[in-house]
Amino acid sequence: MSDSFVIKARVWRQDGPQSQGAFEEHEVTCVPEMSFLEMLDVLNERLVSEGKRAIAFEHDCREGICGSCGAMVNGQPHGPADRTTLCQLHMRSFKQGDVLTIEPWRAEAFPVIRDLVVDRSSFDRIIQAGGYISVRTGAAQDANQIPIGKIIADAAFDAATCIGCGACAAACPNASASLFTSAKLFHLNSVPQGEVERGQRTLAMVEQMDAEGFGHCTNHGECEAACPKGITINHIAAMNRDLIRATATGR
Amino acid sequence: MTLHLESKVPDGDIETAWSRHRQKIKLVNPANKRKYTVIVVGTGLAGASAAATLSELGYHVKAFSFHDSPRRAHSIAAQGGINAAKNYQNDGDSVYRLFYDTVKGGDFRAREENVYRLAQVSVDIIDHCAAQGVPFAREYGGLLANRSFGGALVSRTFYARGQTGQQLLLGAYQALSKEIARKNVEMHTRKEMLDVVLVDGHAKGIVTRCLRTGKIERFAADAVVLATGGYGNVFYLSTNARASNVTASWRAYKRGAGFANPCFTQIHPTCIPVMGDHQSKLTLMSESLRNDGRVWVPKQKGDFRKAREIPDADRDYYLERIYPTFGNLVPRDVASRAAKRMVDDGHTVVKGGEGVFLDFAEAIQRLGRDTVADRYGNLFEMYERITGDSPFETPMKIYPAVHYTMGGLWVDYNLMTNVPGLYALGECNFSDHGANRLGASALMQGLADGYFVLPYTIGDYLATQKSGAVDTKHTSFDESQDTVQKRIDKMLAIKGKTPPNAIHRKLGKLVWEHCGMGRTKEGLEAGLAKLPALREQFWNDLAIAGSGQELNQTLEQAGRVADFLEFAEVKMTDALTREESCGGHFREEHQHPDGEAKRDDENFCHGAVWEYTGEGNAPIRNQEPLSFRYVKPSTRSYK
Repeated sequence: MSDSFVIKARVWRQDGPQSQGAFEEHEVTCVPEMSFLEMLDVLNERLVSEGKRAIAFEHDCREGICGSCGAMVNGQPHGPADRTTLCQLHMRSFKQGDVLTIEPWRAEAFPVIRDLVVDRSSFDRIIQAGGYISVRTGAAQDANQIPIGKIIADAAFDAATCIGCGACAAACPNASASLFTSAKLFHLNSVPQGEVERGQRTLAMVEQMDAEGFGHCTNHGECEAACPKGITINHIAAMNRDLIRATATGR
Repeated sequence: MTLHLESKVPDGDIETAWSRHRQKIKLVNPANKRKYTVIVVGTGLAGASAAATLSELGYHVKAFSFHDSPRRAHSIAAQGGINAAKNYQNDGDSVYRLFYDTVKGGDFRAREENVYRLAQVSVDIIDHCAAQGVPFAREYGGLLANRSFGGALVSRTFYARGQTGQQLLLGAYQALSKEIARKNVEMHTRKEMLDVVLVDGHAKGIVTRCLRTGKIERFAADAVVLATGGYGNVFYLSTNARASNVTASWRAYKRGAGFANPCFTQIHPTCIPVMGDHQSKLTLMSESLRNDGRVWVPKQKGDFRKAREIPDADRDYYLERIYPTFGNLVPRDVASRAAKRMVDDGHTVVKGGEGVFLDFAEAIQRLGRDTVADRYGNLFEMYERITGDSPFETPMKIYPAVHYTMGGLWVDYNLMTNVPGLYALGECNFSDHGANRLGASALMQGLADGYFVLPYTIGDYLATQKSGAVDTKHTSFDESQDTVQKRIDKMLAIKGKTPPNAIHRKLGKLVWEHCGMGRTKEGLEAGLAKLPALREQFWNDLAIAGSGQELNQTLEQAGRVADFLEFAEVKMTDALTREESCGGHFREEHQHPDGEAKRDDENFCHGAVWEYTGEGNAPIRNQEPLSFRYVKPSTRSYK
């Protein structure tokens, strides 16, 4: 086991959506093998055994795929490592004496529930507005009846790897959800099965995105830099193209 | 034996059993379907697919998830793929062959008729998911690609890179979203089911706690469907997501549902080893790595030289030595037990811990670095992100970890538990994998249950029920809510010093030590003897800060740990009473001279179904006998 070291965690504490929040400071002894969330686990176990409330943070799979976790670490969504969710960030990225400022996602459409936990149900409502292909169970033809070229299928897959964590909106100066929305649109609009609803889907999802209070895209590119899955802002251009087409033609 | 366990499998020819059964079961008139409400608890692959399909059929659905969104369910983490008997590769696959492989892979402890149906509907799943836009891997000609997987001699696994579970779950989540938008599914997120409500012996509702506000709420329905996953986290460390738990199934068990084969647990051989006490979960490294990686340990005990400094003469490639025919590609359970034997004998490669090497040096030399990167690049990256070591430079360290649970709530051919109106789908039921699950079969089963089985079979029950007969004012809801509230209050009132996580960690170590990869009578008895003290520590010294009327993750965890503490006893008792080795259940006393599992078909060719008999009383072991008309039980050999 490598040598342990001590960091100072400045963690945002907030009891509820309406409460005043504030930073709280704790020293935590870490080892390099620890994940960032395990550092929070250690701190929480100590707090609870002292009769203090644990820091609330969302997490589940801890292997970078469920999209539950996420926080700003020193101003960066999911911390300093590239293409890495908070759960896959390890303490070897830090050293003795580092001060880590840990905050929840900040976006109007993501209200704070408690501490680092925010409400991301706005993302679900964007999907409900049209992020699907309307096919009933049992109605499908043989899967190989519709061939899809490998290049198109791979590109659709790349867009579909979005984990819905919300880092893109948190990173954006306008708190825009364009990367999230466009990734789902690109996935569904680029495969033949999704063609029929293409225009309607684009209009409905963009409208919902606006209704949720997300801002507009002004091409800062922060979202792409923050995305742990490396989703590209090219999808936003494709979304805008589809939006113009649908607005003009209704398709 | 006191449980009424009628499997309801159709008689006669297995190939036509499912279609004959569907013709026989009762249907609900389309105009009446909307008058029926079905509660679906859990919205992973099985739950989301069931909720969406029931809603498409016209039933009113109330769906519950303890996550903030259905898209977080642990189905999302499945890597490898999904099996289907499409025979797109023209390599001789068929429904019968998939059925045969699954029954044999399960070491002859599953119902033949269920497995046959699973193989039949597997082809419909692929069609449906492709129509949903799931971006499966494709060949240059645009047709679907396949790969091979452990335990099969054909290529029948469909996949979406290493994220098949994610793409299938998002497909089901989107289908569910479509029905939520139609306002036919009422979606309740951040609500955890804490009890099933029985009215005159029938499941007619649930009691939940809102994880956001702490509010205890009641919901009534005409039937209740549980799709709440497996119990792997009884081991604390597993490849399961942190919140995965046994609570919903356990509360159903305490309300009278039989719990079958809780000792059946799958241990996956290639996971990243435990690196210290702070460790919170284990990460799987895909099984495919064993195609090119060579597993070895140092011949000398306690040899902790750098791997590259240990010459070939001082290495033991033990899988190649013991199993010359299959070598590094022996099935999961065999590979796991071999690693354990090496480490138990002192040949670990992790100082102060447990692990063996998985080495790619030979593959890099043979294939070139680029080819290896092409095949395994994303896995190598993931390994390096977690451990800080590059598998290009030094061998991976791996060790087996708990991955999947084959046991679960007992269900009949209709997926109904022995409690009328209570159904169990996906990993939380016991039905299709026997004592060992083959790779790429979990996604198949979850979606088969949810898209293609339950939506038909539930009608058989609902047609006998008057719709909307029960509302939440019934006294059974009072009793359930009271039970739930008292338990929460009791935990909050302890105000001790030990956080639930610390007790969970201890429980996990205990269960892993005594009921892990190798089990013995003495070990299990010793483990069972240690459990009461741990439960006592929980109920006397539990620390939870904060109250029940708010988001309180410590309280949530405490409730789940309390159930694991009870469940562990039944699990270990099941392991103790199953005096044979089969699949994932290995009793050291029952092995062939060469160390392979020795089944006892004369005495244990049955499902063991545990029945709750009240607080502090020993549960009763019921049996559902299994018969094999098509695949005759044989001993597996991989030498």
